[in-house]
Amino acid sequence: MQWETVIGLEVHVQLATRSKIFSGASTAFGAEPNTQACAVDLGLPGVLPVLNEAAVAMAVKFGLAIHAEIPEVSVFDRKNYFYPDLPKGYQTSQMYQPIVGAGVVEITLEDGTTKSIRVHHAHLEEDAGKSLHEDFHGMTGVDLNRAGTPLLEIVSEPDMRSAKEAAAYLKAIHSIVTYLGISDGNMAEGSMRCDVNVSVRPKGQEAFGTRAEIKNVNSFRFVERAIAFEVERQIELLEDGGKVVQETRLFDPERDETRSMRTKEEANDYRYFPCPDLLPVVLDKAYIDHLRDNLPELPAEKRARFENELGLSAYDASVLSATREMADYFDEVREVCGDAKQAANWVQGELAGALNRENLAIKDSPVSARQLGELVARVLDDTINGKAAKQVFQALWNGQGASADDIIEAQGLKQVTDTGAIEAMIDQVIADSPAQVAQYRDAEPDKRGKMIGYFVGQVMKASRGTANPQQVNELLKQKLDALC
Amino acid sequence: MHDKTLAELTRSLDAGDFSSRELTQHLLGRIDRLDGELNSFISVTHEQALAAADAADAARAAGKAGTLTGLPLALKDIFCTQDVKTTAGSRMLDSFIAPYDATVVEKLKAAGTVSLGKTNMDEFAMGSSNENSHYGPVKNPWDFTAVPGGSSGGSAAAVAAGLVPAAIGTDTGGSIRQPAAFCGITGLKPTYGRVSRYGMIAYASSLDQAGPMARSAEDCALLLNAMAGHDLRDSTCVQRGVPDYTEELGTALSGLKIGLPSEYFGDGLDPQVEAAVREAIKVFESLGASVREVSLPHTHYAIPAYYVIAPAEASSNLSRYDGVRFGHRCANPVDLIDLYKRSRAEGFGDEVKRRILIGTHTLSEGFFDAYYKKAQQVRRLIRQDFLDAFEEVDVLMGPASPTPAFDLGANKDPVQMYLQDIYTIAINLAGIPGMSVPAGFVGKRPVGLQILGSHFTESRLLNVAHQFQLATDWHRQRPALAEENA
Repeated sequence: MQWETVIGLEVHVQLATRSKIFSGASTAFGAEPNTQACAVDLGLPGVLPVLNEAAVAMAVKFGLAIHAEIPEVSVFDRKNYFYPDLPKGYQTSQMYQPIVGAGVVEITLEDGTTKSIRVHHAHLEEDAGKSLHEDFHGMTGVDLNRAGTPLLEIVSEPDMRSAKEAAAYLKAIHSIVTYLGISDGNMAEGSMRCDVNVSVRPKGQEAFGTRAEIKNVNSFRFVERAIAFEVERQIELLEDGGKVVQETRLFDPERDETRSMRTKEEANDYRYFPCPDLLPVVLDKAYIDHLRDNLPELPAEKRARFENELGLSAYDASVLSATREMADYFDEVREVCGDAKQAANWVQGELAGALNRENLAIKDSPVSARQLGELVARVLDDTINGKAAKQVFQALWNGQGASADDIIEAQGLKQVTDTGAIEAMIDQVIADSPAQVAQYRDAEPDKRGKMIGYFVGQVMKASRGTANPQQVNELLKQKLDALC
Repeated sequence: MHDKTLAELTRSLDAGDFSSRELTQHLLGRIDRLDGELNSFISVTHEQALAAADAADAARAAGKAGTLTGLPLALKDIFCTQDVKTTAGSRMLDSFIAPYDATVVEKLKAAGTVSLGKTNMDEFAMGSSNENSHYGPVKNPWDFTAVPGGSSGGSAAAVAAGLVPAAIGTDTGGSIRQPAAFCGITGLKPTYGRVSRYGMIAYASSLDQAGPMARSAEDCALLLNAMAGHDLRDSTCVQRGVPDYTEELGTALSGLKIGLPSEYFGDGLDPQVEAAVREAIKVFESLGASVREVSLPHTHYAIPAYYVIAPAEASSNLSRYDGVRFGHRCANPVDLIDLYKRSRAEGFGDEVKRRILIGTHTLSEGFFDAYYKKAQQVRRLIRQDFLDAFEEVDVLMGPASPTPAFDLGANKDPVQMYLQDIYTIAINLAGIPGMSVPAGFVGKRPVGLQILGSHFTESRLLNVAHQFQLATDWHRQRPALAEENA
């Protein structure tokens, strides 16, 4: 039987506020356990939450970025359950009236096609602390530094049909939140995590199959792998005449499998009700308009501009707009050198290669966008040739000069375009290579084209790479043919 | 010295009749002698009180005394206090010391008051008799066989017994007004949002409100001046200017329109309580007020609605007492569930458990709409009843409680106990302010007149009560305590 996969994602994005969603404690990552938890985060008796306006603004910006409806009123609810890292015995979340209504996220697949994934809603909530099971000899430690960190939970419709689409959706969300600057998007530190709902159904069937929810998957790669495993598990189960149970599962990246955590029967009744300690959030039109007017250019708009205005290919436009850092870097290189195509080639070629080799993010590139732009400009104005340009790039990367011009000057890489100088070098090479000249002369005319390479190499070597290769080629051909 | 009102004590302190230290020492002595039997305090803070009194005396000597400087008072043990344990009357918090002062405590300290200690209360403010305290019941100073009312029973009894001139209480369904009535003192529950709830241990967040309990309306006004005001730490505390609540105290009552809700004079009202209340109304008429009957048609839904909403909020508010970070933890838990179950089973008393169970049930999947949502709809209707009534009249009056203080141990049935709050509970649901003012006796036991106003009309309520107290001396009656008879 042909099966179709149906996937919905709940993405938790940690918002980049300085303080927590309901307290003044810091949200910085990596501090000593329990040093960033104040009385409110600890849930001590008598303390009260006060909503952080920055978290509201960030949530609304996300909503505007996905063209979602922003309701005038949203309400915080309490989700009640007991857990040691949940200090109050409830999580303050939004169940009935979330801050962001229905919206749409465009995803781009590897073959360049696009698809719209509907977002059901996005709501604000507080993160819980962390239970630490190692180092405590049969006991559990609790670190409440993370408790109260603002999260935006983005809930999609079940619109994805493959692991690739799910990964593309996650990347699109990542790209939007980092463009907006509302999250650092650092998945390794848990700034973005997702719960994946997966089911399968016979192709052509309209009704959804029973779904399993895979909790807390925290990388693009793991999302794909978890789904791949889960889809295979469910299909195998169904083809063997079994049934999929609605349950929560955990992805184990070590063993590359998902395991059952709890079934629906064991699920909690969270007893949601409106939090009486917080007032409803009322947003007026002026506030929303102000945020809308100040939105940065978003990935989809950027991609369109790169493609339509700068004439880049769909592929280049998509790669260069994937992250805000990448797009900003490219934009600066392009502005400095004045040629979008060349800028795109250099950013995706030499720069991306070097970054990959050293496993660096673009924001950590040793070569700044301005430096690279100036370098490309020197190629475009024929100051240096392509070969020398690579040398200059390497020198910039190694910190051997402040600018391309400095390095060109210091290393004498300026391209030689003086015909007289090139001719002199050619004459010398011809004079030094009688055997090769004889071979060239004796060869069939249509084989000579290949043989010229040797002479070009010798001339370039004599010029220490600085001769204009095109001129060398043309002049050599004239001189050698004159000897025939 | 121990019979005086705050206003009188200020005059004496200003006149140099005695110092705050002398006053404080005198009252601490009375607490030491009398409170063993009364049981109105959970913690008495001798040293801190004397230190605060000395500081107040120094401020007065330096000419820096405010209206409350050097005046002793007591705090219901529901207000968090740095360095002094805060139990909420529960075994769960028997050893809990908060690392912060409640906003109310902070403000009263800043005003120069001298706290003598923390008063007894029904556990987590759940009760109408003060019999639900881990620290034992409080006795009514007028009659040791009677309850003082609850949940702020310790605060009411301490003021009535002359252990302290004023105390701070909290009122979620009548917990200031009913004990004030039972103990013959004056108590005010302000409008919801008038006083910060920060640092006040939550019972039912949408209903809880702190207020003063004292010997006169004037004293309540002085205390409210210090307590009220916006607090950035409490989102439900309103941003609204705080008037000087003593300013209106001289206003004559001629032309005042008083409404008597017919529902507050029906079945179940003790005839002698009714007689006392009707006598009090006549006093107002003699002062130039007009009286008419009004109706609050949804009154009989108030108790059911309250006992859905309050326990629902409580069940969630009390989840933090899990034995993990603070409070009571059972011995040798075998696993996490055992830790939760036994810590909570041992730490909470029966009434608290009962309300947690009710609240957990009403919020459960499948019951939420039928209970919680419906109760919220009823709550809106009850609020509207009051708003409609205040279109016609300036204040509402009636009894604070259907009976005078009942005997200790008399109300064994929880539902019977809940019905005690029939005249006070709707006020919290509506969020309006309410007072109880002494208005006579049934035998040895005091009767309280309840005065209600629309939102943020505390100034008017306080003046109405003050004018009554200028015309009567019920608030000047003091119980004869055993020691003093001897």
